[in-house]
Amino acid sequence: MSAELVIFFVLAVIAVLGAVSLIIQRHPIHSALSLIVVMVALAGLYLLMGAEFVAAVQIIVYGGAIMVLFIFVIMLLNAGEEERTNFSKLALYAGIPMAVAVTGLIAAALVNSTRATSLPAAGAAGTLTSTRTLSNLLFTDFVYPFELTSFLILVAILGAIVLAQREN
Amino acid sequence: MNEFLTQYAFLIVPIVKIAILVFIVLTVDAYLTWIERKVIAHIQARWGPHRVGPHGLLQPLADGVKFIFKEDPMPAGVDKVAYFLAPFITLMLALTSLAVIPFGPQRFTVFGYQTGIGIADVNISLLVLFAITALSVYGVALAGWASNSKYSLLGGLRSSAQMISYELALTLSVVGVLLIAGDFSLREIVDHQGSAHGLLSWNIFPQIIGFLCFFIAAIAETNRVPFDLPEAESELVAGFHTEYASMKFAMFFIAEYTSMITVSCLATIMFFGGWLSPFPASWTFTHYLPSVLLIPFGLWVIFDGIRYENLFGRMVLPVVGAVLTLIGVGLVLFPPVNDAIQGIFWFLAKVFTFLFVYVWMRGTLPRFRYDQLMSFGWKFLLPVSIANVILTSAVILWRMH
Repeated sequence: MSAELVIFFVLAVIAVLGAVSLIIQRHPIHSALSLIVVMVALAGLYLLMGAEFVAAVQIIVYGGAIMVLFIFVIMLLNAGEEERTNFSKLALYAGIPMAVAVTGLIAAALVNSTRATSLPAAGAAGTLTSTRTLSNLLFTDFVYPFELTSFLILVAILGAIVLAQREN
Repeated sequence: MNEFLTQYAFLIVPIVKIAILVFIVLTVDAYLTWIERKVIAHIQARWGPHRVGPHGLLQPLADGVKFIFKEDPMPAGVDKVAYFLAPFITLMLALTSLAVIPFGPQRFTVFGYQTGIGIADVNISLLVLFAITALSVYGVALAGWASNSKYSLLGGLRSSAQMISYELALTLSVVGVLLIAGDFSLREIVDHQGSAHGLLSWNIFPQIIGFLCFFIAAIAETNRVPFDLPEAESELVAGFHTEYASMKFAMFFIAEYTSMITVSCLATIMFFGGWLSPFPASWTFTHYLPSVLLIPFGLWVIFDGIRYENLFGRMVLPVVGAVLTLIGVGLVLFPPVNDAIQGIFWFLAKVFTFLFVYVWMRGTLPRFRYDQLMSFGWKFLLPVSIANVILTSAVILWRMH
């Protein structure tokens, strides 16, 4: 087993355990902490795929900025422990078959994609895409989607300010 | 045995380097507390630590022993997981951030594994540092929340708000340097500042605004005076670490001093040419500067030691002075060694200058008020660093055409 594969499995197990713990934790802060673990493990997976810039940004933006906001809100609302409720009937009869179906679908797609040879191969593990290559692509070929996204985010910021100011 | 070493060099060499670096950093942290107390004492016309060892030099050791053997009470109603996790997260992130910093120019090969001074030479070292800074908010926020105390919660929230606000200015202030160097790698940033003119080609001259923004924001990120509101003892007892004692309390402080070292290294690398000498390359006589500083200092320590007030000092200080003098003489006698340490000498000299500035400020400046802190960060620092980015890119664009 190669070193990459070992690291992949370690990170994958951490990510899945974090995700499960996110759901079963009873305290909102613990759930948020589990989500941070998932984010950091995903950043490690991106790094393994050679996307160093995306890995760093994943931690800065998701692990840092967004999750700090989550934790802030939970702390300020002073949210206490949740109570466990009985297993919902809807979840039992509709949720479990749906979960199985979605898992099957993803598995089928994965099996198909490994069989097909026409798909463009992703960068081999261990080779890094330099940030310069990425930014050249971003500001030449994909400049319109990039600017559009920036514009959308700006609108979202303005919307947040308007909502916050309404009460005054 | 040798085959084994060659095969696993990629694993063994970094582990050994990590062990050495952690040892050095923890020692420097300990003596930084001594320097800080001594310098502030002299600024305020006091003696500072003077009882434990000659000139109080064993005080950090005594403090360490005290921290280990102190009782560690846990307040009622704490969130146990977060309460234990917070100091560990803080210390771990502070130490991790040192891993990507290159301390010197040399690259060498150990058992066929190419490496340099510094643990990891990452392409995106600056981004890694910002990622670690982004995560270090959790240590403070969790410590404040988990302690189940009003002071801690207020201190933690205040501190995280401060860190998030100044993180923006911190990140934007280095964009100018990145535009000039065109690379995220700290080694590349230093190499880009090298030229035959010495200090004239350092980033500090084109990026003076960027440097001021960076250093102010970095002080706020490390929670130091004048931005030490998180531990404003007159209003919050001690802020987020009010309820921590013993080693857990010490871990917050080791983390704080370690991040001071990281910030000083970063300022050195990005604005002051890292390990490059400030003198033109043709001035080879400046290579004797380490000896010129070491020999008189060593002789002074011997002179001071033989008339020290107690016997222990009279025994220890002359030996320390003699060792320093001999190192200085040895450097003159062995030019290859002298040339090899030039890079590290300049790097350390610059880093210690910044650390001294940190301490100097603590002895000089009063603390900000909370609203002053926020309006300074958002209404002054952030716009100025954005203006610096626009200005720098405009100049670079103008030069390209």
